[in-house]
Formats: sequence, structure tokens, C-alpha cells
Amino acid sequence: MKNSISQIKKSLIEKKISVGELYDEYSAKAKSGNNNSFNLVIDRENNISSINDSQNRYDNGNPLPLDGIPLGIKDLFCTKGIRTTASSKILSNFIPNYESFVTQQLLNDGSIFIGKNNCDEFAMGSSNETSYFGPVINPWKNKNSQKDNLVPGGSSGGSAAAVAEGSCVASMGTDTGGSIRQPASLCGIVGLKPTFGSCSRWGIVAFASSLDQAGPLTNCVEDAAYILNSINKHDFNDSTSSNHQREDYLIDINNSLEKKIKIGIPSDYLEDVSDDILNQIDNTKKALSKHGIEFVDVEFKTTEYALSTYYILAPAEASSNLARYDGVRYGVREDGESLDDIYLNSRTKGFGDEVTRRILIGAYVLSAGYYDAYYRQAQKVRRLIKNDFQRILNEVDFILTPTTPNEAFKIGDKLDPISMYKNDIYTVPTSLAGLPGISIPSGLSKNGLPLGVQFIGNYFEEKTLLQLAALAEKELSFNE
Amino acid sequence: MSNNWEMVIGLEVHAQLKTSSKLFSSSPNKFGSEPNENVNFIDSGMPGMLPVMNFGCIEMAIKTGYALNFKINKHSVFERKNYFYPDLPQGYQISQFEFPILSEGYINIESGDNQKKIRIERAHLEQDAGKSIHDIDPKYSFIDLNRVGTPLLEIVSYPDLSSADEVINYMSSLRQLLMYIDVCDGNMQEGSLRADVNLSVRKKGQELGTRCEIKNLNSFKFIKQAIEYEFQRQINIIDDGGEIKQNTMLFDTSTGETRAMRSKEFSHDYRYFPDPDLLPVNLTQEQIDKIKPLVGELPQDKLNKYLDNYSLDKDIAKIIIAEKQNANLFEKMISESTVKPKFIAAWLVGDIFAFIKENNLEVNSLNDKTKDITDLLRLISDDVISNKAGKEILPKVLNGEGKPSELVKELGLEQVSDSEELEKIIDEALVGEEENILKFQGGSDRVLGYFVGKCLKATKGKGNPKLINKILLERLKK
Repeated sequence: MKNSISQIKKSLIEKKISVGELYDEYSAKAKSGNNNSFNLVIDRENNISSINDSQNRYDNGNPLPLDGIPLGIKDLFCTKGIRTTASSKILSNFIPNYESFVTQQLLNDGSIFIGKNNCDEFAMGSSNETSYFGPVINPWKNKNSQKDNLVPGGSSGGSAAAVAEGSCVASMGTDTGGSIRQPASLCGIVGLKPTFGSCSRWGIVAFASSLDQAGPLTNCVEDAAYILNSINKHDFNDSTSSNHQREDYLIDINNSLEKKIKIGIPSDYLEDVSDDILNQIDNTKKALSKHGIEFVDVEFKTTEYALSTYYILAPAEASSNLARYDGVRYGVREDGESLDDIYLNSRTKGFGDEVTRRILIGAYVLSAGYYDAYYRQAQKVRRLIKNDFQRILNEVDFILTPTTPNEAFKIGDKLDPISMYKNDIYTVPTSLAGLPGISIPSGLSKNGLPLGVQFIGNYFEEKTLLQLAALAEKELSFNE
Repeated sequence: MSNNWEMVIGLEVHAQLKTSSKLFSSSPNKFGSEPNENVNFIDSGMPGMLPVMNFGCIEMAIKTGYALNFKINKHSVFERKNYFYPDLPQGYQISQFEFPILSEGYINIESGDNQKKIRIERAHLEQDAGKSIHDIDPKYSFIDLNRVGTPLLEIVSYPDLSSADEVINYMSSLRQLLMYIDVCDGNMQEGSLRADVNLSVRKKGQELGTRCEIKNLNSFKFIKQAIEYEFQRQINIIDDGGEIKQNTMLFDTSTGETRAMRSKEFSHDYRYFPDPDLLPVNLTQEQIDKIKPLVGELPQDKLNKYLDNYSLDKDIAKIIIAEKQNANLFEKMISESTVKPKFIAAWLVGDIFAFIKENNLEVNSLNDKTKDITDLLRLISDDVISNKAGKEILPKVLNGEGKPSELVKELGLEQVSDSEELEKIIDEALVGEEENILKFQGGSDRVLGYFVGKCLKATKGKGNPKLINKILLERLKK
């Protein structure tokens, strides 16, 4: 079992280890790692003053909530003075002059960044294979086929692999349709996607604005609460940031839930799934039933439309969000005879296949004559999906689903986009509804690979969601 | 022959709003800065930057709604208009499309001797783009992003206009209203107010023809020229058996001609969709009502007041209301003195405006001199000094060279209004004028003028003409 944030803080307070030693230990792992989980590992010199300041606070007995904790940051968060690429060629030389809201909160709370985690290009992918910097390798191996390199999931694949391989204590990811929860599940760690509107999107390279949400990937649920306490704040600069009163997610994390809990399991999610996946749900059900939690079957009416809705809306927004990458003001510019050629060459050479595909899909569904049939229709269906969740969350407190329909697969195995998109079948509906979801490790597959289950809560109910997940985690912990 | 033809015109007017910051960013919204000085990370389209709506723009739109008789929509939506251009850093312009903030308004304009109601379909908020500059360097184009994100209100009329003069009247009425309610500085030269003209032609009484749109006209002169040229161009095409193709035109200010843009320059599918970075604008009735008192008196209200309460001549009243600062100056003078408004108005549009024009001043610059001006006007209207003396003193007063009463003394311009003294002068003047006196008594009024002039000359211009007149009449009738 890896050390949790609270354990590490204890060691730092008791001076069993210094901030510098802790940093060096993780940084060395990040540098020597064979999994390609970082696009960039930050030089020690750039962190030295943070390390010293942090150590001083420990020495003075007033450490900050995340003081000295080494974090990995998905290469989608703009970090001031540190190259930020979105794992794309077109931004491969981009150094922002500003710090994203979320990473600024983490810095304010004393954490230290190890580096920028590899991810799918512009967060578009479910296997981290679309990255301009090459695929990330899952630290886990199939026990029946040890030589195969497996995907870590995506798009926050580098963030998940880095935590799983121990090159950072926790990492930041973003989730648009499952990009935190799915890789967390495939790498055997915890991944939380907060309610849309919880954590500011300011300074995060945008993929699909109405879906993107930052969240932590951690070794345990308590660590997720640590990070959420730091990043979950209202931000005036993000118009979609909610200004509701935030809670302390840590304080009651290990306390039992106050009221009697009812959890719904969507029966339609479990049709045609493997025994491996069914086992995860059964185990979780058994473990939590012991605590007096009631399980009921629920049925969604909209599940079959979720993926197609997502793959209209997300590319539509992406096609517009990525228009600014034209090679004119920043990023990589390819020369051309005319202005149009510069655009064409910069974007053709700057974007990879999956990004290009989604821009084309997005431009298509928004174009005159198709808008009503695709985009407008998809917006209506999204509303129905939201209503569907609301209906079910009126009957039950939480929803339990598998996080993924399968274990980690081999790099290069899923070649056609549709079968790749299907990897997000359990996470996409939650994203469309804007609800919070957390994936926790629930067991191993027959091949000895980690699998996870997802708990979905109501809007802004992260506190009880984390309490429930912490309870389940205690019962389900598995040994590597 | 063009007499059988008529033009049908609709106008899209872009008004830059006078907010201190931009529509979706905190950069200053001002003209004339160094290139790229008023640009922040949002304006320059940096990764991860998000727009935040400036509510001041909504308030100005609401004010405009009241002034132009619009329905003010409680629900409006910002959408993205997607196209690539170097002066559009985000790759899209944020604009309102399906749900504009204002719909179905109108204003009344003058058309010949009549009033004509011009209906306005909608007005919506949107971002202005930056500027591409192609004429500095032979090889490179330059981009100035200062204007990026400047708030625009696009006001779209119905095709209710049917002559260049009507268009000018409509545009100047709009300009006047927007300046009155203080949402736009109306400076067309700086691009604060620009128009796209949609024009088609038809034989009188026939169906609407195909329209062409002339883009981006920023002076009344160019609007008039462009309309006249385009009108004739379309007629010529049809007369030659051709057909008008719907097209976007540019007006060449050097030749006075319109020409079609290359199809590439406008054949966009803008792929509008609601901007997911922004929430829809949902206003309460209370928020809308709160703005109403800020609209203030509109030109038409003032005109009525000036005619009914102050008995001004219509022409003079119109000159005063043409610009809000004129009206403000006028009303300030009225409130500060008991001189008759009509008298003040005559001096204002006469010598005072002439002085402003000659010296290239802002009307506002006289706001702190109104007391001195009205003091001077009081001296004139009370016959303490002559009209002529008033004209002489006015520039000195406006230049701040002294108080009117002091200047009168200093220059010795006080009128002689002492009856005895005047009687003496008049009696002297009538000596040896028996022949003329007889002429007057015989009915020739002209002789009176001659005598007044002679007497005034005798007083070196300082005699009170009214009094001289009165005494003369008494003497002559004897």
C-alpha cells in the first residue's frame, strides 16, 4: 500500500523525512520511469524555493494543507513558465505566462509539482495513444501475458500511470467523458470527477467546455478529499463556476454516513458484460450491504443515446475551442504561400488523427443544414439524460456502475474509433448530466488487472459521495 | 430611366458601446492607444482563457431598448460565430444569434415634410474584431488586437428606407439617440458607429429585388455615395438584361464605387452554436425596470419641451437638441438665470456656437462659464448695453477675460439711457432737418431710421436705441 497524503504529512511533521528528500524520491522515479507518464519533469532548480519554503513551514510548525506533497499535473493545465502542450504538436513549444486557477490553488496550499503528465492529445482519447509524445504504458501487466504493454486508459493516462507507478503522490486530471475515472479504473487507483461547475476551468486547455471538469487521481479516497478541498472553489473568471458554499470534504471522510443509504444499480448497464465486470458490482454490493446499505435495481431510459449524444456535442464544442490553434500568435507555425495555406499547413501538421477527426465531426454537426438534425437534437437528448438521472436520484441516494466495460487492453489493440469510444459507455452519461462520479478500485480481473466501480451522486454532493467511497474502499482494498 | 425605379434599403448599424472595459474581458475599451496595448490573455485567445460577461454592456443594451422602443428580452443567448481570420484570435466571434437581447423596435425619422416610422428588427450584443493592417510593409501584414472584444450593439432595421436621404436621417437619428443615452460616443471617424447597407431595387409597386450588402461604411458622405452608386449599378445591370446576384460589396472611398468581394471573402458557414463558456443572460423585470430612469430625456421630449414651455422657434430648438451637450448647456443657462429662454437660445445658436466653431472647442468646455454668459445676456436684455456691445464683449467673456459687468465698464460700453441727455442730443440732431421732418409726417418711415442712425452716431453708439426711438417719435409727431 502506497503512502497516503496524511501519512506523508505525518512523516514530514515528525521529521522522518524532509520535503527535499520526499521531492527527490518522487522526482527521481518520474525521471527514470519507463512508462512515459510525464511529458516534462520539472528541474529541481525550478522547485527549490518551493521546497525550502515548504520545509520552513514544517519547521515552524505551520504547514499548509498540501505542504510538500509532490503532484503530477496533466499537461492540459496551463502552468506559468512551464511548457504546456496538451500532448499536441501544435502546442509543443508553448510556455504559458499564467497559472491555471486549479493548479494555483494547489500551489497556494503548498504542494510541489513534479511535472506535466502525458495525456491524449487535447484530452481526446480513452487509451492515451493519441499523444504526440507517444503512448503511456500502464504499470500493471496481464499476469497471463506479461510481455504485453497495456494502455493506462485516457485521456488522463499519464496522470493515472504516474500515481500507480509511484512517481507522484497524487495527480491532477481532467474528465470530459470519463478521462479521470476510466484511467483510474484501469490503473487501480481512485479518480474523482466533481460536479460540473465545482472546479474552475480557467487556464485548462479546453476540449469540450460544457463537459470539462478537473479532478484528482489518487491512491485513496482520503487523498481525493485532500485535493478536492484545495481545488473546489468558486472562480469569478469562469462563468460556469458555481458559487455555492463549499464543504470540508476531509473532516468526516472516515465517519459513517448519517442517514440510511439507498443505492441504485442500473440493470441496463449490466446487460452483456463479462463476469469480471459483474463480479465488481456483486463484490461491492456484498461489502456495502454489511453496513446496512440498501441496493435496488433502477433502469435508465436514455443510456443507449448517451454515447452518440456525447460524440456530437463534445466534438462540436472542440471544433470551435480548437480554432484558436492556428499557428499565428503562438504554437507551432508551418509556412505557406498564403494565409489560408498557413492555417491549413499548421493545423494539418499540428493536429493528430483523432483530433482532426473530432474537429471534422464537430464542424459537420454544426454546419448549415445539419445543425438541427445533430447538434440541436443532441442538446435535447442531453436534457432527457439529465432528467433521467434526476428521476433516479429522486429514488436513490447514489448510483453504482462499473467504471469501464473491460480491463486494460494492449497498446494498439483497439484500432477503430467506435470500439474505443465504447470504453466510456459508463462514464459518459454522468458527464452529460454534469453529475459527480468517483471510481475506486474494486478488485482484479481473471488476468490480474485492476478494475473499478463508479459511484455517482447528486449535484454538489461530493461530501457524502466521498464518505461512501471511503467506506467501500475499506471493504474492497486489494493487494497488488 | 431611373425615375421608374425605387430603392429598398435595410441598415445594419454597429455601435461601439462606451463601457470602460471590453464585452468579455477586463482590458480597457478605448481608442487611440499604442497597437496591442489594450490586450490581455482573453483577447489574444490564449489556451484555457474564458470570457466573463461585462454586465455594463447589458445595461447599455437595455437603455438602448427603451430609447428605440424595443421589446427587451429577458432571455438572450451568446453564441459563437466561427470563422478564421488573423484579427479574430479565438477563431470565433461571440455574438447573439437566435436569441438577441432586443427585438421589434422602431424610431421615427423625417422624410421630406413628414415623419416616417422605421421598424427595427433586432439589436444584439457582439464582440468587435481586431484590425489587420496591410499597408505598413510590403511583405508582412500587421495585427492590432486593441479592438478585439470591444462591445458592439448591432442594430438591424427592416428594409423600410427608400432613399439615401432617409438612410442619412435614420442613421443620424440613431446616432443622436445613442449619444443622448450615453451608450455610444457617435464618433464615426474612429469607427464607433458603422453601417452595412442592404440595398435592392425594384420598379415602383413591384416585388422586392435581390439585395446586395455594402459593408462597413463609416461616414454619412460615404453612405450617400455608396447608395447612389449601388442604386445606379443595379439598375444598369437590369436595364442591360442582367440579373442581380446576391453579393457582399465593398465601397472604395477613393473611386466612390462599389465592388463585389471575392466569394472567398464572405462565403462562410459560421456554424453558430451557444457559447458553452457563458451562461444564457436571464434578466428579471426588476433589473430591466431599474435601467429605465437612466435613459433620461430623449431628443423628441426636449423638442416638445422647448417648443411648448420655452416658445423657441422649431429650427433653433432643433439645432440645440441635435447634440445632448448643446441641450445640457442650454438648460444649465436657463436654470441659472431669469433671462428669457428664447433670448438665450438665439444667442446660443448664434454667436456662442460661432465662437465654439471658430475656436475648435467642445461645447462642454463652456459648462463652467454659463453664469458669466447669462450675466452678459441679462445686461443685453435689460438694455444696459447694446446688442452690438454684447457681441463685442461675448468672446472676452468666453475666453475668461473678465466678468461681463467689469468688461462693460472697462470698455466704456454702457448705454446712455438717461432721457434728458438723449433729449438734448436728439434736439440738436433735428436742427436743420425740417424737410425730413415733413417727409416723416407725410408718411415716410424710412426717415425714422435715418434720424435714429444720426442720433446713435452722436452718442458714439452708446445711446439706447429703443429710448432714442421713443423720444424721436414723440418729437417728430409734434
